Amino acid sequence: MKNKFLPLSIIFIFVIVFIIFYKGLQNTNIYIPEVTTNNEIPSFSARLLNSNKVINSSEIFESNKFYLLNIWSSWCIPCKQEHPFLIELKKNKNIEVIGINYKDTQVNANKFLDELGDPYDQIIFDKDGTIGIEWGAFGVPESFLIYNRNIIKKYIGPLNNNLIKEIKLKIK
Amino acid sequence: MKILRLSFIFFIIISFNHLKANNENMKNEITKNLRCLICQGQSVYDSDSEFANSLKIMVDKKIKEGLSEKEIYRFFQDKYGEWILYDPLFNKNTYFLWLLPLLIFLLGGAIIFKKINKKHK
Repeated sequence: MKNKFLPLSIIFIFVIVFIIFYKGLQNTNIYIPEVTTNNEIPSFSARLLNSNKVINSSEIFESNKFYLLNIWSSWCIPCKQEHPFLIELKKNKNIEVIGINYKDTQVNANKFLDELGDPYDQIIFDKDGTIGIEWGAFGVPESFLIYNRNIIKKYIGPLNNNLIKEIKLKIK
Repeated sequence: MKILRLSFIFFIIISFNHLKANNENMKNEITKNLRCLICQGQSVYDSDSEFANSLKIMVDKKIKEGLSEKEIYRFFQDKYGEWILYDPLFNKNTYFLWLLPLLIFLLGGAIIFKKINKKHK
């Protein structure tokens, strides 16, 4: 009995450890956030850029309307790349573009908009980055397609031609 | 009377500092248990990235709002998923992870018990 029990248990432990490591190797350890969500938008109140008015999220997002919420900053280089696409999207009457100015200064944000154009209907000023956290964002640029106060899709990283085409198809 | 007033002020300052220190401890505790999602292998507490700094401010805000430690973890889990917590929750995906050490411990105990039993015989 003794002769059988010990090797069997050792083999059992080795097999389990092997399975765990083997499975672990197949999973990447890099965080991949969920991009297809159907969550309700968070509720928050915040100050708008270039105004001292504090606004509640329910005043910005109406139901039965499409919105693209774009998190941007003047110090973010990929935001500059995606900016022309946002300006193009702005021409579409079916969608409103809302900006969250992330960890920026008012002067630099305005300079950025003067240089590259302003595609935003409203811009929320997020000086300490906590509104970004409310949205579950972890950097800039990031965009959320919203309909009926629900997040339909999350776009991580800069928008490009293909993604703008995809958004246009969704809001038709 | 003056002494009484002074000692009252002194007491208030002391208790305020104590409260602040408690909040600071709780904030450190929570941020140590939150994973910095954009840094590899660092907690929010250890990291100085923009993301981690915003998270620290948010933890501070939530503590001031009077949320408990559990409620704060729950808040971040809702926003970012379970991956943000260093301590995995006990659910059907993690039963094995939590129970394996216990299983190995029991198995080892059984082996030792058997050996001792045999020697006595």
